[in-house]
Amino acid sequence: MNESLLRRAEEALLPPIVALLIALILGDVLILLFGESPLHVYGRMIEGAWGNPYGFAQVLYKTTTLTFAGLGIALALRAGLFNIGAEGQLAAGAFGAAVMGITLPAGTPALLAVPLCLLAAAAAGLLAGGLPGVLKTKFGAHEVIVTIMLNFVILALLNWVIVEHLRVADTLHTAEIRAGAVPRLSEFIPAFHGSATNVTFLFAMAAAAWCWWYLFRTPGGYALRATGLQPEAAEYSGIRVGRVWMKAMALAGVLAALGGTNFVLGYKHYYEDGFTGGSGFLAIAVAIVGRNHPFGVVLAAFFFATLSQGGLAIHALVPKQMVEVLQGVVILAMAASVPEVQRALRGARKAVAA
Amino acid sequence: MSSHPIRMAGIDKSFGPVRANRGASLDVAPGEIHALVGENGAGKSTLMKILGGLIRPDAGTVEINGSDVTGWSTSDAIAAGVGVVHQHFMLVPTLTVAENVVLGNEPKRGVMFDRTRALADVNALIQQTGLIVPADRRVAELSVGEAQRVEILKTLYRGAKILILDEPTAVLSPPDVQELWTVLRKLRDDGATIVLITHRLDEVIGISQTITVMRAGASVGRMKTSETTPAEIAKTMVGRDVVLSAPLREAIGGTAATAEHAIAPVGAPVLEVTDLAVNDSRRVRVVDGVTFAIRPGEVLGIAGVEGNGQTELVEAIAGLRDIVSGSVSVSGRDITRATVKERRDAGIAHVPEDRHRRGLILEYSIAENLVLGAQQEFSRYGSLDGDRIGEHAREQITKFDVRPPSAAPAARTLSGGNQQKVVIAREMGRSFTVLLAAQPTRGVDVGAIEFIHRQIREARDAGKAILLVSAELNEVLALSDKVAVMYRGKFAVTLPAREATPEVLGPYMTGGKSRDAA
Repeated sequence: MNESLLRRAEEALLPPIVALLIALILGDVLILLFGESPLHVYGRMIEGAWGNPYGFAQVLYKTTTLTFAGLGIALALRAGLFNIGAEGQLAAGAFGAAVMGITLPAGTPALLAVPLCLLAAAAAGLLAGGLPGVLKTKFGAHEVIVTIMLNFVILALLNWVIVEHLRVADTLHTAEIRAGAVPRLSEFIPAFHGSATNVTFLFAMAAAAWCWWYLFRTPGGYALRATGLQPEAAEYSGIRVGRVWMKAMALAGVLAALGGTNFVLGYKHYYEDGFTGGSGFLAIAVAIVGRNHPFGVVLAAFFFATLSQGGLAIHALVPKQMVEVLQGVVILAMAASVPEVQRALRGARKAVAA
Repeated sequence: MSSHPIRMAGIDKSFGPVRANRGASLDVAPGEIHALVGENGAGKSTLMKILGGLIRPDAGTVEINGSDVTGWSTSDAIAAGVGVVHQHFMLVPTLTVAENVVLGNEPKRGVMFDRTRALADVNALIQQTGLIVPADRRVAELSVGEAQRVEILKTLYRGAKILILDEPTAVLSPPDVQELWTVLRKLRDDGATIVLITHRLDEVIGISQTITVMRAGASVGRMKTSETTPAEIAKTMVGRDVVLSAPLREAIGGTAATAEHAIAPVGAPVLEVTDLAVNDSRRVRVVDGVTFAIRPGEVLGIAGVEGNGQTELVEAIAGLRDIVSGSVSVSGRDITRATVKERRDAGIAHVPEDRHRRGLILEYSIAENLVLGAQQEFSRYGSLDGDRIGEHAREQITKFDVRPPSAAPAARTLSGGNQQKVVIAREMGRSFTVLLAAQPTRGVDVGAIEFIHRQIREARDAGKAILLVSAELNEVLALSDKVAVMYRGKFAVTLPAREATPEVLGPYMTGGKSRDAA
């Protein structure tokens, strides 16, 4: 039993590590091309991300958004659906939370206001994610197309609402929320002073734990994964595949939307047009590198957050686009290495057994 | 003599260990419609692929119009006027009929495609042959019968004088078939030579002049249609000795003994199917007015050449395919419109014909697969109950002798026979009243076959109603109390097991005979 656990850990962790090594080596070449020392640059990156409390707290802040969005994508993928709509779902959730926070009277107790804001975000995500699910089940509309297009619809719609109706003059954001703000972590850990990281991070960790429980410990998760693996076998067993699709997409939308509260409830306390900045797309990489496992998603989110925060620290040395190239290399290496590494592992094990 | 359009002799062709053709021959006289018949896998298609230049024979000679063309290519074949109309259409759905017909030989004006002339040419060809299709319509909008006419037009447009049609009627409705015959007769009268591949005897008798029968890769008979009978063709096709000496039947101890009952089937039918009609995914009617009833302790076996609606019949009863009309009821309760889950709860157990596609979640562990469909019952307070799932798995693995006896490995890692045992354990290890067993022993070894047959017999003796569908005639005969032959979506005949022998059933299976007896 212990041995099989070890083997599973090996199979799950080795591919990302190999991918990381490949990315590092390619990164070396890039850095050398810019005439810098790789050790020096990587050192600065690590230093910028993990070497000081502020940097680390910022990593946690970025991890939070990426975890929520990554969970939304991973959950849908477990049901066999490719949710490209996290970007729009993040924005919808943030907007929902902001509207609720603005509407509530000032002085609403946090114990009431925060859940209401989260609920509003979740409701927005339910719509944004649920719609593609319903369209797929009822009309066979492909979720990839619908979620991609829905990103544009949601972002454009919110842009119009902000610009025409809700913005504070001369800005692209709404008024500040009057209730529902969550405390920053710096209130508990003073060293994090100045960082946006906030209690939403804990919500993200709880969401990951819940996703794990749901996927691997409940009949609903069992049906969801069965649908993703073999829809025809799921159908045969009495699982209603269309309903699972709708549920999975709605849940995915809710998870991604909750990621939007990190910005609104925890950081700026208003909705700002364009705040997502591609996090919803980066989260696709998070889900894939995290192998669609909730804990893998957390690790991958932390990794990409580190890359992003560390990238800020090496601006002086190499162009910041290098960090983006590095991210791309990790994703490519990941995609390419997974089956190969696993095959190699199996081969090695057979050789040992023989 | 050497003017025969097609003369193939001593053709051998192996694919790895499989000998698809062994000494096959075909001799077609000018201006005749020649039927090439045989069971699935008899080597008809391989022989035609060699003729059409798609593959090379390992041995033997191919002569066209007297000249040796052995090992030629598809373009040689087309140039020599040999055209193959494939069973699966090879048309571009977004192009018009005329565009499809001229594709590859487009009339040009300068470097431009001459659409007007293409349309005129194709319309002329349509007039000349009687293959009526609207030439300016897009192929995507055509019916199946029309699409097939386009395929034939395409071949003729390239100047084919020798036409090979691979199972042309498989997808056609009866009126379409009649129309096709009219066209083929006209083409023959205009000088074309036609080879018709089929396993339907009614067609053979109706249209051909000469018949070549293939069995197990060899040509085992050549006869004049006017001098033979459907019974004789069927006998040559199935091969009397092959059917009777099947090792399986010996292994399980002969038909008579095994069909014996511990208790006779009694009581009201549990599974009742009335006038059932079902379409396949292309909306072709594949189950057409099937009616039967199965009582407790009774096995109804459905024999027949695969693809005559058996798959769809079982799927419709299991709730995996929409029922167009008719009704299904279990223990007196109508389940015609019920969901899969409701049907399972009503007492249906289902061993699906394709365990890899439907029967198992291959990445799931054996324990997880053993609760597939019952995951709700194996949970407590909203969580899966791992202890009970594990305990259940250990019990079933012992009872159904799954090897290796371990609950944790993924179903993917098991052998075919043990995978099937997991499916059987899940479906028969819980309470049920009706068992749908589709190809229950496909691809499993002899030991597992014996085990599965014993399970089915025990279920029968325990008073279950069992619908058995198998491509193995011997399996059907060994296990059933009643035997039905399904042909083209209908029950061609239903007989008590003691009257059912391969000789009696054979002609029904190939459509040579039909008698409605429900």
